[in-house]
Amino acid sequence: MWSDRGIGEPIWLKRLAVIGTVAVITVMLILPLAVVFTEAAAKGRAFLLDALTDPDALAAIRLSLLVAAIVVPINTVFGLAAAWAVSHFRFAGRGLLVAVMELPFAVSPVVSGLIYVLMFGLQGWCGPWLAAHNIHIIFAVPGIVLSTLFVTLPFVARQVAPLMQSLGVAEEEAALTLGASPWQMFRRVTLPKIRWALLTGMLLCNARAMGEFGAVSVVSGHIRGLTNTMPLHIEILYNEYNLAAAFGMAALLAAMAIATIVLRMALEWQHRRSLARGTAAMGSMPA
Amino acid sequence: MTARHPALPGFRLSLGLTVLWLVLLVLLPLAGLVVKAASLSPAQILAALATPRALAAFRVSFGTAALAALFDLPLGLLLAWSLTRYRFPGRRLLDALIDLPFALPTAVAGIALTTLYVDDGWLGALLAPFGLSLAFTPSGIVVALAFVGLPFIVRSVQPVLADLPRDAEEAALTLGAGPFAILRRVILPPLLPALLTGLALAFARGVGEYGSVIFIAGNRPAISEIVPLLIVIKLEQFDYPGAALLGSTMLAASLLLLLAINRLQRWTAAERVHVV
Repeated sequence: MWSDRGIGEPIWLKRLAVIGTVAVITVMLILPLAVVFTEAAAKGRAFLLDALTDPDALAAIRLSLLVAAIVVPINTVFGLAAAWAVSHFRFAGRGLLVAVMELPFAVSPVVSGLIYVLMFGLQGWCGPWLAAHNIHIIFAVPGIVLSTLFVTLPFVARQVAPLMQSLGVAEEEAALTLGASPWQMFRRVTLPKIRWALLTGMLLCNARAMGEFGAVSVVSGHIRGLTNTMPLHIEILYNEYNLAAAFGMAALLAAMAIATIVLRMALEWQHRRSLARGTAAMGSMPA
Repeated sequence: MTARHPALPGFRLSLGLTVLWLVLLVLLPLAGLVVKAASLSPAQILAALATPRALAAFRVSFGTAALAALFDLPLGLLLAWSLTRYRFPGRRLLDALIDLPFALPTAVAGIALTTLYVDDGWLGALLAPFGLSLAFTPSGIVVALAFVGLPFIVRSVQPVLADLPRDAEEAALTLGAGPFAILRRVILPPLLPALLTGLALAFARGVGEYGSVIFIAGNRPAISEIVPLLIVIKLEQFDYPGAALLGSTMLAASLLLLLAINRLQRWTAAERVHVV
């Protein structure tokens, strides 16, 4: 059990460290997770089912799924393009581009929503024009999609770019020499090489898209049944002291978070396995 | 412009797409924010920022974020140490759980932590006999930010700790150094950049955090009100310039922190190359 890499510390100290680790993780991480599922189950299965199939709850679930279904593909395409540009080419302003791509992770979620309110809100830059043409962005679904696109922008590029850079382009160049078109090269050589990292990026992007609260809260307007996402619905239920229903919805999102962590581990395991098998197997992968 | 692989296709397409996307989605809206804030006169800016309520919000946001990051630092180091150096049952599971705050939506974390720490909650009931009441106080904000920030420290330190060469430790052991002397003189110095990076990342995340904080904070003006919440309140009052001003200040803080984190990450990478 203790076959490890210590620095000559006595066994009791190792045990103490491990006990401390287990205690910290239990109190700080496991208990919050446990309380979500306990509170969700507090009023029994029938109540939970009713709360989750309530029309407003269903509308919130549908909206969150819709937003994720729009945001993840768009940011995947963008992330792949950005990763390709920054990992294989040197150009003026490359460092600046990388820095700007990190910005959405650095700014407060509230600021991420605020910038779109200032752009498209009634008193915003484009507000009067949008109002004249009867186009609704803020307090409507497009605003939610926009702010979610912003906060999830870096996920795919962040996973894919370091891998593209470290794997190099020898196979791509070989494919081109052998007469492959750029599209064939991308689909048959590049995509199989990076697919596990790409899927990890998409997975993390999806988790954030479904769970984003601050940015979406600013632009949504909290209209029940129309512009409430799952996290916003949780807030409303919680503020109405409908705790069991709030935690019921929270349990769905917590289950998604657990699934995200498990899938990510599986993807990383697949990635290591495919790296270990080397490039020899790459050609036989289904394209 | 020089391509590193001149024969490789897709340079113009991928760069064009990237720049277009970043300009439309990030740069233009952020510029709109700054321009809006700059439309105020210096006197108006000073009057808006120097109110007791705004000043208190900045103090609360930056103070609690700093406290939470400092609280996470030793805990994160302990977790990173045990998870990389020792083999014990359940280690992989515990290691995977470290990412929970990254994956769990902030609103879920917010209501869960509040329910845990209210006076009759699982943890609140344990603290109440000692007169400690964390929920709905600035300490509650620290609790939420400590949850959100913990993985940043652990994940910054872990890879560096795993790569640390063993020969220096073994030499110190042979020379009769005790475990604490080895920790302090051999292990911690090369870990310093990674620890500082984790600290800065946790702090930066904490300064802007909203969802996990507003449920547990109590949100009393000038006591437990964070800047992001004040921005939301200004927006609800249709005070767009005021919101833009606070937002621009937060943006400036984020940019400075991003710059510092970049430096620290480069230092961490250099230290790793140097050590290995």
